[in-house]
Amino acid sequence: MAPDGDGVVGAADGPPEPPAGFVGCDETIEKLYFYLDGELTEQRRIEISRHLDLCGPCVGAYGFEAELRKLVASRCHDRVPDALRARVAEALREEHTASAD
Amino acid sequence: MADQEQFSDLAMEYMSALYTAALRMTRNPSDAEDLVQETYLKAYRAFGSFETGTNLKAWLYRILTNTYINTYRAKKRRPEIADVEDVEDLYLYHHLAGDPSAGLGRSAEDEALDRFTDTDVKAAIESLPDSFRIAVLLADVEGFSYKEIAEITDVPIGTVMSRIHRGRKSLQKALVDVGRARGLVGASDKAR
Repeated sequence: MAPDGDGVVGAADGPPEPPAGFVGCDETIEKLYFYLDGELTEQRRIEISRHLDLCGPCVGAYGFEAELRKLVASRCHDRVPDALRARVAEALREEHTASAD
Repeated sequence: MADQEQFSDLAMEYMSALYTAALRMTRNPSDAEDLVQETYLKAYRAFGSFETGTNLKAWLYRILTNTYINTYRAKKRRPEIADVEDVEDLYLYHHLAGDPSAGLGRSAEDEALDRFTDTDVKAAIESLPDSFRIAVLLADVEGFSYKEIAEITDVPIGTVMSRIHRGRKSLQKALVDVGRARGLVGASDKAR
């Protein structure tokens, strides 16, 4: 989990990054969440992106994780009951009246 | 300084998102409604301390999350992080790839994903321990950044990253378990 900074935004300061180089499959998969989350430094992002351009298995895994992210976001919503909206509005009105007294 | 008069105009639009998070946290509609109402009341009372121009949605989530942890979590024994085994990278991907009914072709795993319903995804999220569940909800359902989640939950950013990543992997394991129960994922372990 990027203990030494390692190209992750917001991680502990590590040594200065070397120039953009080549990364392999292991590192790409290990950094996939950071990449999807937009939480890598620009240099590391470019390295991973280059690897994905060239590696079928990794780009397949990347596409799947991106789809899964969309699934979790879209399959997880609930309609607010009208009664709750009314209840909250009423509670705030009462609070307002009480504080105005 | 924010004006209490403006509170309803600004804050009410987030109720749907807050209610969804409250349901996943409490796993119970009645507790979720109470949690949302309590969040709005606390936010209204504290609105004077909200800095106009900062992130109101994140501020409301902070109140919701703290209220949940302080009030509702104590009510039930939950699985703890220590009880959760580590899950390898790409767990769900490999399990769906190992499913012969997923068919051939590069997007077979993506297609298999579509068979998970709202109920499946919600059940999988609700099976996670609190800190994983909250981190995954904030990151993947609500789209907050690591930094915002660190502020909402009051933990260091490194801990946030670890919770999100381990939480996502646990979620994949939970989805495989849910998928097996529904016959969406092959019963045997063909992955790798």
